[in-house]
Amino acid sequence: MENNEKKEKKEKLPRHKMPEQDPKVRIHNYNEVPIGYSEETALKEASRCIQCKKPGCRTGCPVGVDIPAFINLIAEGKFIEAAWKLKEDSALPAVCGRVCPQESQCEKFCILGKKDEPVAVGRLERFAADYERNSGQVKIPELAPKNGKKVAVVGGGPAGLTVAGDLIKLGYEVTIYEALHKPGGVLVYGIPEFRLPKSIVEAEINYLEKLGVKVVCNAVIGRLETIDELFAEGYNAVFLGVGAGAPVFMGIPGENLSGIYSANEYLTRSNLMKAYLFPEYDTPIVKGKNVAVIGGGNVAMDSVRTALRLGADNAYIIYRRSEVELPARSEEVHHAKEEGVQFKLLTNPVEYIGDENGWVTGIKCVEMELGEPDQSGRRSPIVKKGSEFVINCDTVVVSVGTNANPIIPMTTPGLDTNKWGYIVADEETGKTSREGVYAGGDIVTGSATVILAMGAGKKAAASIHEYLSKK
Amino acid sequence: MTKILEKVDLSENVVKMVLDAPAIAKKRKAGQFIVLKIDEKGERIPLTTVDCDPEKGTLTIIFQVVGKTTAKLATLKAGDELMDLQGPMGRPTHLEGIKNAVCVGGGVGVGVVYPIGAALKKLGAKVTSIIGSRNKELLILEEEMKGISDNLIVTTDDGSYGIHGFVSDALKTLIDSGEKIDEVFAIGPVPMMKAIAAVTKPYGIKTTVSLNSIMVDATGMCGACRVAVGGETKFACVDGPEFDGHAVDFDLLASRLRMYMTQEKESMDNYRCECHGK
Repeated sequence: MENNEKKEKKEKLPRHKMPEQDPKVRIHNYNEVPIGYSEETALKEASRCIQCKKPGCRTGCPVGVDIPAFINLIAEGKFIEAAWKLKEDSALPAVCGRVCPQESQCEKFCILGKKDEPVAVGRLERFAADYERNSGQVKIPELAPKNGKKVAVVGGGPAGLTVAGDLIKLGYEVTIYEALHKPGGVLVYGIPEFRLPKSIVEAEINYLEKLGVKVVCNAVIGRLETIDELFAEGYNAVFLGVGAGAPVFMGIPGENLSGIYSANEYLTRSNLMKAYLFPEYDTPIVKGKNVAVIGGGNVAMDSVRTALRLGADNAYIIYRRSEVELPARSEEVHHAKEEGVQFKLLTNPVEYIGDENGWVTGIKCVEMELGEPDQSGRRSPIVKKGSEFVINCDTVVVSVGTNANPIIPMTTPGLDTNKWGYIVADEETGKTSREGVYAGGDIVTGSATVILAMGAGKKAAASIHEYLSKK
Repeated sequence: MTKILEKVDLSENVVKMVLDAPAIAKKRKAGQFIVLKIDEKGERIPLTTVDCDPEKGTLTIIFQVVGKTTAKLATLKAGDELMDLQGPMGRPTHLEGIKNAVCVGGGVGVGVVYPIGAALKKLGAKVTSIIGSRNKELLILEEEMKGISDNLIVTTDDGSYGIHGFVSDALKTLIDSGEKIDEVFAIGPVPMMKAIAAVTKPYGIKTTVSLNSIMVDATGMCGACRVAVGGETKFACVDGPEFDGHAVDFDLLASRLRMYMTQEKESMDNYRCECHGK
């Protein structure tokens, strides 16, 4: 009875909003849009959690964070302890709290969400992780004694960082080989500063280095060293977390005109190379006045919001389905709309038009309508006859997905891939067709989310540990 | 960090550097390139590897000063360090089965064709080389090219040295003289490669060019370097940089190379101002 009363009372507390930068101000800067909970708000929000006996939130989390435990610590005002609790299960809590689609994971299963709004797990995770980092009291957890075994992690993105974080705690000697000049993968080249400040990614990676993880940058495995050479050098196991970094173009006429970017290139220039600070930084980027982004996913939203911050007068999303089918998180779509992004829905490009200098000046598009649902249940778009029209633009960002990068499969005999070039790996263990070689993240599943890559990393780390413990 | 071991000015605007890069030197093959970034705020630029010594762990690059990054690179001296060096990148040159090769290099492209000629010579092929530049002062690597070639032809646009004319004219003369040729390797400015491909096409002589498109990551993740070859889009960094010269859309390459002209000028002007301030 008493318990029920307590429950009732908590449900009545509304979910706490995070303050955000004004849209008119924020399109002129790269600062983070949501400002984060204050201690007071975090305490209040944490007290909404009813501490379920069988917490659904935890099963909804791909890395199985002990959500009730860390939220309880926040509710008790033990903010640092909450962060330490988080780090038992997650290598990158400050990142996950920001970029996870919580609405389809932990928060989807929160019991409060059935009648009311779920506990803001993501915002609380972010709060605790930020609190720890800002306090300067980053704790190094107890590590297992060194077991003398070496693991190479290929790719310093979310999957690889998770594998490294888990295995270093178990006593392995871990080296991450990263192709670019900075580790972090999509966290540094893809997700913009205004969603995920790079200083946070850096701090999370510094933490892994403090645990003893070695990071070797500028190392393109497959070219500099092959997987076989890594084994010959004394590695006992290899994890492949190289992502699905190869951009897809639509193959329509005019796609190679100047001014047309892949989202990967546009975001890499802006985020990794800091082209938005040109000429202080040396990498240039085209600051278009009328920018069209093709696609409707999170990467498309990141690109179009970057275009606004680079000074575009008009920034368009061109998407062939309707608003309900937009694959991006609703929060990102909402932010994009607030910032003035114009959505051209049920619209598909068929050709790019250029001027005599080979520069794009417009996109010939057709209107679409949604047909009957296909086998997967999605209503496929059909071209409306005679609906051709032109959208004028000087810059285009193509964000219609990515393919598997071929370098590793090309140079690793005996490593099976599927017909799309993705590495074949067991979903539960990450085992590939080569003994001692594990894989996870986008290079196995195709483009997915940061947290799913981390979940795959978690499983692979456990299975590498099992394999090497028997050896 | 990568240490610069040696720096030599080859001509007014062309510099040779020997870098301490043992891991790359061990793997690098002719035709491959590296990407370097000088410092924290620097951009990533691709440069061909001209030579390497796996025993000493050294790698040689040659570059021409064309903008801010190369201008800044040219101010560095032996003992200075580069922040990032990534490589070897791209597919190595396909060398098997070639008995009679012609290596054509224009301007700083001579540095790029040199390792291909050297590798072919090592495999026992007959190597004829045609190298050229705008004038005598800008000609590089003449001695080195002589060392690896059975026959070396030198041209200058203004006639100040060697034959007066373009390398493409010299190639045409060579073909018409009845020289047996299995494959032509042509590397240099876009108009020069285009001209060479136009010369060899009617004769059906296989012609390989090395494309110098704009690159960012050079690992195949962005498509900045995309080129059209035989009507298909290819990424020069992973599918190339060498392609069939008869299938390359050179005009597209040239127009894409102009994409950042304004910014490149702005960056260079700023850099010059800063330098004068010191």
